[in-house]
Amino acid sequence: MTAATLLAETCVPRFARGTRLQYDRVREQWFVQAPERAFLADAVAAEILQLVNGKRSLAKIIDQLAEKFSAPRDVIAQDVLSMTQELADKQVLLLA
Amino acid sequence: MTRSAMTKAPPPMSLLAELTHRCPLQCPYCSNPLRLDPRAGELDTATWMRVLDEAAAMGVLQVHFSGGEPMARPDLADLVRHAVSLGLYTNLITSGVLLNRDSLKVLSDAGLDHIQLSFQDADAQEGERIGGMAGAQAKKLEAARLIVEDGLPLTLNFVIHRQNAERVPAMLDLAEQLGARRVEIAHTQYYGWGLLNRDALLPDRAQLEATEQAVAAARTRFGNRLAIDFVTPDYYAERPKPCMGGWGQRFLNISPSGKVLPCHAAESIPGLTFPSVTEESLEAIWQDSPLFNLYRGTDWMPQPCQSCAFKEDDWGGCRCQALALAGQADATDPVCHRAPAHDRIAQAIAERPATPPAFRYRRYSNTV
Repeated sequence: MTAATLLAETCVPRFARGTRLQYDRVREQWFVQAPERAFLADAVAAEILQLVNGKRSLAKIIDQLAEKFSAPRDVIAQDVLSMTQELADKQVLLLA
Repeated sequence: MTRSAMTKAPPPMSLLAELTHRCPLQCPYCSNPLRLDPRAGELDTATWMRVLDEAAAMGVLQVHFSGGEPMARPDLADLVRHAVSLGLYTNLITSGVLLNRDSLKVLSDAGLDHIQLSFQDADAQEGERIGGMAGAQAKKLEAARLIVEDGLPLTLNFVIHRQNAERVPAMLDLAEQLGARRVEIAHTQYYGWGLLNRDALLPDRAQLEATEQAVAAARTRFGNRLAIDFVTPDYYAERPKPCMGGWGQRFLNISPSGKVLPCHAAESIPGLTFPSVTEESLEAIWQDSPLFNLYRGTDWMPQPCQSCAFKEDDWGGCRCQALALAGQADATDPVCHRAPAHDRIAQAIAERPATPPAFRYRRYSNTV
């Protein structure tokens, strides 16, 4: 089963309380801050998570990234949906 | 061997701020040192504020406000607010017995990110006996309820030992009932007070395995709803833990009086000089102090660590445990099955009395 079969693009992701995306100026890297741990957000995750604001749907996020990177929409969608599912499983993102 | 002046240590990820050693509880496995810092020696608010400034500038990402009981400090919310303004992730590690609706609201409004609430047991009577505080359990349950009601993410922390191990399933149920997001089932670590009380605390292998099974069953049942962190008792492990992620690699601890330590138990190692935030900057201490460079990296390692393939995975294990069991802080952690002193572990397990002796409670008056 792939993430794409689980998540609808109409979902609106938001950060759970106690989690956030943060740019670390010392290491020059993005981190996801969460209870008891900070984990590194890779370049793809950082691009996606910067668009998570509790208002944008996954479809909107995919559209914006496809345009920004002039990339095929289905490739971007795969990344966005699988990463959103993974972070929802880790209780970092909530889906509405 | 000293580190080359050209290489800098990586910046620390997290800071454990032990604001005070005062605590209404007296748990016999407390992670505080046997020699507790008195109230009169505690850092003032302005110094803690400066320490937080320095920590954020160095690259610390998370600050854990701990103690003792950090809520015994009236300036806790001011420190949280300041840390939040610096972009630090703020975690409160509390017993919950001083938490009420008003004190929680002040912390929540200050921007606190997360609370880790300790329980000594799922059973009230046993929990209060272990923690040495009558009436504590009801206060903790109320604290959990208020935290969840506020919406702050809650982690419950249980320290496991021979006198409560059988109730791990009940502890996991309690975490679920209270609406915790995470639960830590952490077997006792044997330094300081824990080592002093080892015979009263060390479980047998059957007890350990029962706790592992309870955690595995709960993981299946909870799925992603409730994360479980399980910390094994390293006396029953084959390989040592990478203590603190390596000495001076990721972690800083500041004691109530301002001493800067690579781990909370480092003061048990004799003959060392502990630098203080009242005398030097945090950056200078982290990068250049003899203490932080003493066991940093791999140059200091003896055999069999030096030729071991895992030396940058476990960093030779725990220095305080090496000192406590092998008599030398720079020995291979005796937990390692390849360590020359590994037999001390088997000996401690074999000499464990059938009936646990009375606790030596963590009190200023019991300090040795």
